[in-house]
Order: sequence, then C-alpha cells, then structure tokens
Amino acid sequence: MTAPLNISRRTFIKATALVVGGLVIAFNIPNAKRFLLPGAAPEKSGADAAKLPAPNAFLRIGTDNTITAMLAHSEMGQSIWTTLPMLIAEELDADWSKIKVEHAKAAPEYIHTAYGIQITGGSSTTWSEFDRYRQAGALTRALLVAAAAAELGVPADSLRTENGFVISGDKKISYGELAEAAAKLETPKAVTLKQPQDWKIIGKATKRLDGPEKINGTAVFGQDIHFDGLRTAMVAHAPVFGGKVKSFDASAAKKVKGVENVVQVPTGVAVIANNYWSAKQGRDALKVEWDLGANAGLDSAKMLEEYRGMAAKEGLPAAKAGDTGAALSKAAKMVEAEYVLPYLAHSPMEPLNCAVKIGADGCEIWTGTQMQGTDQQAAAKILGLKPEQVQIHTMFLGGGFGRRANPAADFVSEAVQVAKAAGVPVKTVWSREDDVKGGYYRPMFLHKAKVGLDADGMPVAWEHVEVGQSIMLGTPFEAFQIKDGVDATSVEGVADSAYLKSVPNHHVSLHTVKASIPVLWWRSVGHSHSGFAMESLIDELAHAAGKDPLEYRRALLKGHPRHLAALNLAAEKADWGKPLAKGVFRGIAVHESFGSFVAHVAEVSVNKGAVKVHRVVCAIDCGLSVNPDSLKAQMESSISFGLGAALQSEITFKDGMVQQSNFHDYKVMRMADMPKVEVHIVPSTEKMGGVGEPAVPPVAPAVTNAIFAATGKRIRTLPIGNQLA
Amino acid sequence: MITLNINGKEEKLDAPEDMPILWALRDIVHLTGTKFGCGMAQCGACTVHLDGQPIRSCVTPIAAAVGKKITTIEDIQNDKVGQAVQAAWQEVDVVQCGYCQSGQIMAATALLTTNKNPTDADIDAAMSGNICRCGTYPRIRAAIHEAASKLA
Repeated sequence: MTAPLNISRRTFIKATALVVGGLVIAFNIPNAKRFLLPGAAPEKSGADAAKLPAPNAFLRIGTDNTITAMLAHSEMGQSIWTTLPMLIAEELDADWSKIKVEHAKAAPEYIHTAYGIQITGGSSTTWSEFDRYRQAGALTRALLVAAAAAELGVPADSLRTENGFVISGDKKISYGELAEAAAKLETPKAVTLKQPQDWKIIGKATKRLDGPEKINGTAVFGQDIHFDGLRTAMVAHAPVFGGKVKSFDASAAKKVKGVENVVQVPTGVAVIANNYWSAKQGRDALKVEWDLGANAGLDSAKMLEEYRGMAAKEGLPAAKAGDTGAALSKAAKMVEAEYVLPYLAHSPMEPLNCAVKIGADGCEIWTGTQMQGTDQQAAAKILGLKPEQVQIHTMFLGGGFGRRANPAADFVSEAVQVAKAAGVPVKTVWSREDDVKGGYYRPMFLHKAKVGLDADGMPVAWEHVEVGQSIMLGTPFEAFQIKDGVDATSVEGVADSAYLKSVPNHHVSLHTVKASIPVLWWRSVGHSHSGFAMESLIDELAHAAGKDPLEYRRALLKGHPRHLAALNLAAEKADWGKPLAKGVFRGIAVHESFGSFVAHVAEVSVNKGAVKVHRVVCAIDCGLSVNPDSLKAQMESSISFGLGAALQSEITFKDGMVQQSNFHDYKVMRMADMPKVEVHIVPSTEKMGGVGEPAVPPVAPAVTNAIFAATGKRIRTLPIGNQLA
Repeated sequence: MITLNINGKEEKLDAPEDMPILWALRDIVHLTGTKFGCGMAQCGACTVHLDGQPIRSCVTPIAAAVGKKITTIEDIQNDKVGQAVQAAWQEVDVVQCGYCQSGQIMAATALLTTNKNPTDADIDAAMSGNICRCGTYPRIRAAIHEAASKLA
C-alpha cells in the first residue's frame, strides 16, 4: 500500500542531515496533538515548533553500517527494545545483526501518537508505533535507493534491497556507504509499505536485543548511574501521607562517616552522602519531628466500612439501559454479591531512583521513567528553566508496571529538589521500605452487584455500584478521562463490558472517594479490579443458573467473536470438560482490555486451606502479533503478576500508616508458587491491541472460580490469603 | 582499609567493616551488575558467591568476606557452570526488565554446581528466594533444565 504520510495518525515525516554524518529520520507531530500540562510553556506556533531539539530522530544509519533505532518509549521488560526495531528493519531490509538501540531523549517529536505526551503505558507502544516505525524504515530505504541510483546512474526502480545493501545486478552498495549521500536528498512525499505476505521479520519470534547485556550484568539501569561528583541521597518521608516536617536534628546523621550534608526539601529531609550505605545510616540517625496532619487517623478497615455504606446507594451513572429497578423486582432469581480489592503497590524490582545534575543553563536527569513528558516539565518548573533545557536520559527500567509513569512526577521532582537544595549532583535512591510505603497505589475498590435472572437463568437486570478513589482526578488527564464526575478508568471493564450489552436492563454507577492516599495506574488499571468482579459474578450467575461456566459465557458473548475466539481456544487447549487429576479443578475467565481479548483456564487444588495453582492455559486475540515470543513472555509475566497479587498482596493502613514495609510482609509471586503456563495466540487480522496488561485481569477470577469448583467457597475479597484455612 | 578478593583481584577499600558487600561492590568498586532490591535478604537481587556459596550481599558485611573470594555476575562467565547458565538464559530468552537476573543467574549457578540435575522441587527450593516481578519464573525453570542438560 502507499501510505499518505500526513494522513495516518497525522504524522509528518522529514529527513534531516545529522551533523555527525549518516542519515537521520525524524517525525514531527503537529501541534494540535500536543498535550499541555498546567504551568507548561504556552503552545508554540507552527513556525517555532519546527525548531525541534536535535537530534530529532527515530533512526540513524552510521557510515559503519550500524543502524540505530531511537525508542520514543521506555524498555521496562516488555521487549519494545526489540519489537520497534523489528518494524524499522522489516521495511528497511536491514541486516538485523547491525541493529543498535537507544532510548530517545525527552522531546516533542517523541510524543505518543495517540496520547499526546511522551509516555510508555496503556499497553500501547506497538500498535501506536506500528505505522510510524515502519514508515521510518520505508522512507529510509527509499532515500538509500535514490542515493544508489544517482551513484550508479541507473533508474531507482531497477534496484532492490537486501540485508543492508542496495543491489544492482552483481553490484552491492552497503547502507553505510550511502548514508551521507542519502541524507542530502529531498524527502519523498509518500512511501510504499510492504504487504503482510512479504514480511520477513514482523510476525516471527525474535530474540531480545537487550538479552546479552542483561545476562552479563552490563545493562545500565538508573540505579547504576555513576560519574565523578555524584552523591547518593536518601529522603526521610513523613510516616503519614500529607505530613510535614516540624523540625529536625541532623547532628547524629552528620557524624556518620560519608555523610556530607542534610537538607530539607518539600517531601522531607534529605541526607546526602558519598555512598548509599552512609546515606542510609545517616537517615537512620536523623531525628525528625513531623506534623502528621489530617491523615493521622487513616484506617483502611474503617474506610472499607464507609465504602460499604456508600455502596448501599446509587452513585453517579456510568452506564444504563432499560428499567433496572423494575426488572429486578420481576426477576425469577436474584444473585447479590460484593467484591473487595485492596490497595496494591507496584514494587518493581529496581527501587525508585533518579540522578540529577544542575548546570549553569540546564539540567540533566538520568532515570528509568515511563513518562518523560511530565518529568521534564516538572523539573523545568522547579528550576525555572524551559522544558528543552532539561535533558532526560532514559535508562533501562528495572520494572515499571505503571509506577514510573506518574503525572505528579514524584520521584523525579524530589530528586531535582534535593540536587537544587544541596547544590551538588545527586542520585536519590529509595529503599524498598520507601517504595512500599511511598504511595501511588492501585486504589482499593468495592463492587456491589445485584443481578436478576429470568426463568432460563439468563441475566435480565443488572445493578452494579462501584466505590473507590479516582486515578485521574487532579491530574492533567482529568479533562479527558472524567466525564460528568465519572472517571472512565474506575468503571472500565464494567460500564463497557460485552456482557452488559446482552442485559436489557442495567445500571452501573460510581462513588468516587476523595481520600488522601496517592493512587496510580497499576498494570491493567481499572481492569485490575473490574476483571475480578465481572468474571467472578458471571461465574456466580452460571452456578445460580445451574449451567456450565464456559457454556454460560458462550451464550452471553454471542455477537462478540473476539471474546469467543480467546475463550474457545483456551477452553479447547485446556481440555475443558475432560477429567483432571484427583483433587484438581478448573476455573475460567475472559476479559477484554487495552484492545485485546484474553481468556485463562486455571487448574487449582486446595489442600488443607492451601491453594496450589498447577497450570494456567491462556489464549489471546490481540490482532497481529509482531513478535510472538515476546507476546508469550508478556502473558507469562501478567499471569505471575496478577496471580501473585491475588494470592497474597495487599497494602493496608492503620493510624495513618502503611502497615507493610518490604517483601516479607508485602508478599509477591515467587518461583514455588508459579504455575506452568501455556500460551496460545488466536490467529487474527483484527485491529491490534496491547499485550503488556490484558492478561492480568482474568487471572484472579480464573483461579477463584477454580477454588469455587474445588471447595464450594466463593472468594469475593482479595487477596485470597488464608481465607480457606 | 580492608582488602577484599573480588573476581580474583585484590581490592583495598576504605570502608567501614559493617558495610554490606553489596554497597562496597556498587559504590566503591563500581561493579554495578549486582543489584539492590530489598536490603534485607528477601529478594535475592544482590546474590553473589562467597567462596562459591550463594550469599545475599545486601546483609553480609565486608568483614565477613576478608580472606575469602567474592565472585560476581561480571566474572561468572569464567566459571564452567556459570557460562552454561548464561548460555541457557540466552537460548531460552529469559530476561524481561532484567534487573533481578544477575541474582537469578548467580543463584542458578550455585544450584547447578552442587546439584547436576535438579528436579522442579529442587529448583523451587533453591530459587524461591529470588524474586522476579516480571514473572520470568517459567523461563528460569526451563533455562536451569537446559543448562543442566548441556552440562551433563
């Protein structure tokens, strides 16, 4: 196909000569797509916007034949370090062994094609970049071919490309040799992309490009940044959210060998030392008197009781059809249930950290971030700089799961404040305890549902009330995500559920709780609770109707072929309905999120109250799979993440304080609990969806539905913990 | 001054005796392949070998390593088992974010050094102290079996 480049996602492409030689391809996003944060510089005019920071590039060909792909998104385990270069290499006919990868800087040309800010999230990287990175490859190839045609004095259409060379009969010219000449040529107005049947790389299982350096210890994460003069800082945070420093005594801290300075910052008191151990000991020795503020009485158990009270009444409407009240009163059978999900910490393996060096006319930041856009603007605001004076070096992220994409730019802002107050380059390092207690949790949610069934056991009336904190409230995303008081991410997976489309009378409403606990998107966002509520409830309805849970879902999902494709594939591969080993039982769940459809069948036994998940069979329809092996890895990853949380994880509050502190009491998945995982991909040419998150929501209900099959006990509160003991 | 033997090299360190090996490696010698994850021997990201035994370097003071040999991820390719483990990790394409993998590889190398053909239960016992939030556990298991078969 010939893609008119200014139509697809309204992307402009231009080629720019790079000062160091070679060829650079850049894309400029029109200003209309830009997303402005409060306090940011006003929107620039088109003329100003053309002066983009250098090197504004997605792809660089060196005269040594290396091809460097610049990632607009952050590698945090999801393998875009490999997937995005695959898109370039496919169209470029590149030599895969010559591919190198870099994180791009924070700059307007790397703004997300759909979200309008530089961000990695929403399981969106591959689908949102599918056109842009292929076009970069195709455009570069066209320029190299044109340069070769000029050099050889032959028509461009007589040339072909293969494995990093332009070929004319028995002559071959490498891309590296052509790069400088190609950089001087005028950019084509359009490029022809390959037809899927001609793909050699897209759709093929491809090994990770970042594998070797992550196996031999040379991969550089934010935590590993070191340069002469860089100090380590640890900040003492208030034990209660919103608490303030009343006074502090740094005399003992300053006696610790290696401690150089102690400074107050807006988030607490920072101890600056020449190594972590000294900073930690200094912080332990620091005496701070806190004004705990209004949240000193915070208690999550009491909050849950308040949530229950609120759920007794209708909230703000999120979805409605028919007359639910009247239909409920006429129903042949009624099912009522309440589901409760706790606060959860992301707890990426790499504790949060951020290195900052403030210079005379700018600032450099080294960190693993999912959201360079807001981080850059927050740092600029603190320092009185323009955003382009703040250079962000994105390092490998030791896990993100949403925690490193914070609209409040919390860990970056704090590091900038410390560096500013201390007057030296500083790397702030959070301890694991700082991370577990530091907020920005998946919010606690309560779902209360009342469903009326007809004489055949099918739902005819569905009343659903949710209670929980809003993630988007008070963020720059509020205007887009909150409509008529309802945060779309609070009710996603319920209000837009495929099941409700077959229920003639339904009413979904939301009570948004204004609590002071910082909350954030946690891998799969609202679906992380709605998937559990909906798929548990459907299972309860099937049981009440006396029907097989798979057949019941099939009946309700008629007209939803992608749900059915995933559901049927998982059921078939798991031998649904066939006997299992003694004591082992199956549960099933299917959920749509982030444009993809995932079903799991879990095989579970319960022995003296202990739950053992033996195997999870997963099927996904995400449309095209660019790298089937990294897709499979994301399914394994999501099953581990979702199952670990379902089995054991929760953050609770008492007397204003978080009661957990480290991995001994904030428990996560470990090897011994990990089931066998089998992944099956639905062959699909449907619209591309994401793969990083959509397999998380159906894990917990597949397991608790299996627990119900095994024991007759319905788990309605997560984590499962010792509820079966 | 304390002298430590790190990856076969004698290193003189001006550091307090109670400093954990982890921070001596990372902040003084600048060998950053060994990772900080929890600081209380709960996650295994900091696993190194002390005279061939896997230890959690975040809670082991440098005083305990005097006169012993510390081996880190940076040197494990010089060990026959370590090399096989790294090759298997690459073959199975284990890593995701990669942050815990130095510790996983050090733990797996220690396991295969003492147990040539570990069962799944042996792997559970030896590897459950190493957390991976990305959930690479199925591939770690497969890679350990793969390395065992290559070493056999």
